[in-house]
Amino acid sequence: MKVPRAIRPILVVALAYAIVEAGIPAIGALLKPGTWPVVPAHLARIYLFFIANVVLLYTAADEVLWGRVRGELRYFFGADEVRVVRTLVIAAISLAGGYVAYDAVRPRLETPPELRAIHPAPPASFSIGGKAYDLSTLNNPLRADKSKFADHVKAGAELYFKNCFFCHGDKLDGKGHYADAFHPRPANFRDVGTIAQLRESYLFWRIATGGPGLPREGWPWMSSMPIWHRFLSETEIWQVILFLYDFTGQAPRVRDS
Amino acid sequence: MKALAVMLLLVLVLLASGGGRALVASPSGAMAAETVSAAEAAVGHPGAPKLTPPDYPRYGGLNSRVVVWVAAQLHLFFAAFVLGVPIFVLAIEFIGWRNRDPRYDRMAHEFIKISMGAFSLTATSGGILVFALVALYPGLFAYLTGIFGPVMLLYALLFLAETACLYAYYYGWDAMQGRRKPGHILLGLGLNLVGTALMVLSNSWATFMMAPSGVDARGVFAGDVWAAVAGPLWTPLNVHRFLANIAYGGAIVGAYAAYRFIAARTPGEKAHYDWMGHTANGVAIVALLPLPFAGYWMTKEIYDYSQQMGITLMGGVFAWLFIIQAVLIGTIFLAANFYLWCGMARLDGTSRTAYLVKYIAGVLVICFLVWFTPHTLVMTARETAALGGAYHPVLGPLGLMSAKNTAVNVMILATFLTYQLFRRSMVRSTQSWMARATRLQVAFYIAAVANIVWLGVYGYFVPANVRIGLSVPQVATTLLVIVVCVVVDEAIASRSERVHMIHWGRMPTRAQYALFTLAVAFTWLMGLMGYIRSSIRQHWHVYTVMRDGSADAFTPTIGHATSIVSASTLVFLLLILFVFWLSGLGRGQAVASGPVAAPATP
Repeated sequence: MKVPRAIRPILVVALAYAIVEAGIPAIGALLKPGTWPVVPAHLARIYLFFIANVVLLYTAADEVLWGRVRGELRYFFGADEVRVVRTLVIAAISLAGGYVAYDAVRPRLETPPELRAIHPAPPASFSIGGKAYDLSTLNNPLRADKSKFADHVKAGAELYFKNCFFCHGDKLDGKGHYADAFHPRPANFRDVGTIAQLRESYLFWRIATGGPGLPREGWPWMSSMPIWHRFLSETEIWQVILFLYDFTGQAPRVRDS
Repeated sequence: MKALAVMLLLVLVLLASGGGRALVASPSGAMAAETVSAAEAAVGHPGAPKLTPPDYPRYGGLNSRVVVWVAAQLHLFFAAFVLGVPIFVLAIEFIGWRNRDPRYDRMAHEFIKISMGAFSLTATSGGILVFALVALYPGLFAYLTGIFGPVMLLYALLFLAETACLYAYYYGWDAMQGRRKPGHILLGLGLNLVGTALMVLSNSWATFMMAPSGVDARGVFAGDVWAAVAGPLWTPLNVHRFLANIAYGGAIVGAYAAYRFIAARTPGEKAHYDWMGHTANGVAIVALLPLPFAGYWMTKEIYDYSQQMGITLMGGVFAWLFIIQAVLIGTIFLAANFYLWCGMARLDGTSRTAYLVKYIAGVLVICFLVWFTPHTLVMTARETAALGGAYHPVLGPLGLMSAKNTAVNVMILATFLTYQLFRRSMVRSTQSWMARATRLQVAFYIAAVANIVWLGVYGYFVPANVRIGLSVPQVATTLLVIVVCVVVDEAIASRSERVHMIHWGRMPTRAQYALFTLAVAFTWLMGLMGYIRSSIRQHWHVYTVMRDGSADAFTPTIGHATSIVSASTLVFLLLILFVFWLSGLGRGQAVASGPVAAPATP
């Protein structure tokens, strides 16, 4: 049976819907067993909106194809012999629209989506115990002496496993013993989207000042990071940072000039 | 009116230049100067004043920030338009002169006519902006004038020169034909040089506020105006705005052509405005293609200048606005492609390459979805639980710049391919080398896409700095393909037989709405990105040097910001519709003999 031209765009969008709603989560489940990584609703809506638009525009771009589609639509909405089917289709569309409207406004207990910034912007400078740090010029002082690099990394590793590993995990992948108790979960340092994107000065600020040091857009505190400068010295924080990069094989972002 | 606005501008600058220093030096209230430091005494310039709310005059219920914001935005819309249009008008006029084709000359004349209508509004909105700044932010204006006084005077003089050049260029069009044409083209060149100089001078004030140079940490000006002008972000912004102005000018005159096409009553008029719309769309797209890279360069420089501004921009609160930006850029690409697809209707019969359109549409969809996917997903608690964390194993990697760069490069290649298919549909290869050259082009496309994708994937396994650097070979690959294909196409077109005539005017009306969409999306995008660029200074008038001491020293909500941007866009579009209407008065005779069917190269 030949599928009418007017139906084909609808089928393409339906296929896209199936891929977005089931295909992507299925691939995600293979990559991350035990989960069903859905496409967040706000994203799925925009995906499908754009896909539907492209399909519609493609159909409308060709004069012959567009003429056929219009002819079929004229037939469907005007011919007496398809009156029953037409009524059913219009009823189905109306009911679907009604359900979508109902679903959008019905009371539910779910918390609303969060606009959380993964990398909140750091301040231009901050101070600890009266000592000011300018983040635009701050560098890891332990990188200067190459002969002691291994010692610093080793010291950083010890500090990490005494203090950080409970949350960030022994593989630095954010899967520590306490990880499941936190929302958001502890950062995964192995992910190229975290420390590999940042300068060491950022990590220093983030570790030293912890969750309470977050700027306004990070509030209410969306981080359980302690204020580590109360427990670690400046040198120890830099050592931990060296270890994070060394262990994960990542390199910190540096200024070009 | 323009001359009056320029004179007012000049007087205001002079007044503010003198009055501003008195204001800063005033010992009373919060505007009182700090104790004069040795540095200040040495260079004779005061530091940045420390302002408090009483230093910002209030007028009734007016919100000062919104007033200046809307005035600046409207002025920028008009300024971008009137600076962008003469650039491609000159190019079109030059082509017409060299090819002895009067149609190009007529079209260039009509383009500049629209620009003339908008020029008065540019001057008016500029005057309103200066008035608003002086009245509502006197401390800031005085401080900037204290540093940029000479630059502002030069700006005012150049504005007079711009006015003179534009009037002479437009009104001298008919008189300077024939052997006087080279002189007219030189006049157009002068107009563009002055216009570009105006743009880069005013850019220096904006980039100084973002990345101040030539002043110390307290804002004390060392006296070297050039150092203040040539800040670290000046050149990237100049390049970005230069390209964006051309693209924007093309988009707006494209909307004008669409407006005229829909209103056209004769085949001649339809043909003329169809050709005009096609040309305008081409101008907008050609200028748009390198724009993402210019923007990327500027963002990189911003990050390099200040980690705080860089993260605020891309990873912090403003990251959410980039989702809207992605949608608007996708809309622009899609509208431009749809217009080109519809353009196949101008050819006789069915294009031999029309079947490729569906695949191009598919590529655009995939690229857009990658381009759009944000780094940070907005999720409900239930969705987060289903994911087992905030990181999405499939979509997460698409949020990084490696994926974005890959997507935008392929999207650009797909758009260029659409344009290329239209051109190649008109000719048939008559010699064996032409078939081999076409196969070479196909090979180039395949190799380029493979290289771009490979570089994108490789970017995930290298440090951030290397990853950012990979965008250069990706862009180079894209540009190489475009250059090679243009050269090969030209060689084939000049030695082959034409199989299709182009029937200008044989274009569905719905395609014209794509041109309207382009203009609206460009305007909206400019407003949105302009707001982001300006607002990453956050609570600083001049970043790290001069704090915003007003009651508005906070980042507005995303909803409020987008509402103001949208309102500015709407006001501009209404005003530009007025300009279109004005430009249409007295037209008609010029287009009566426009091309209906022509073998012209588009």
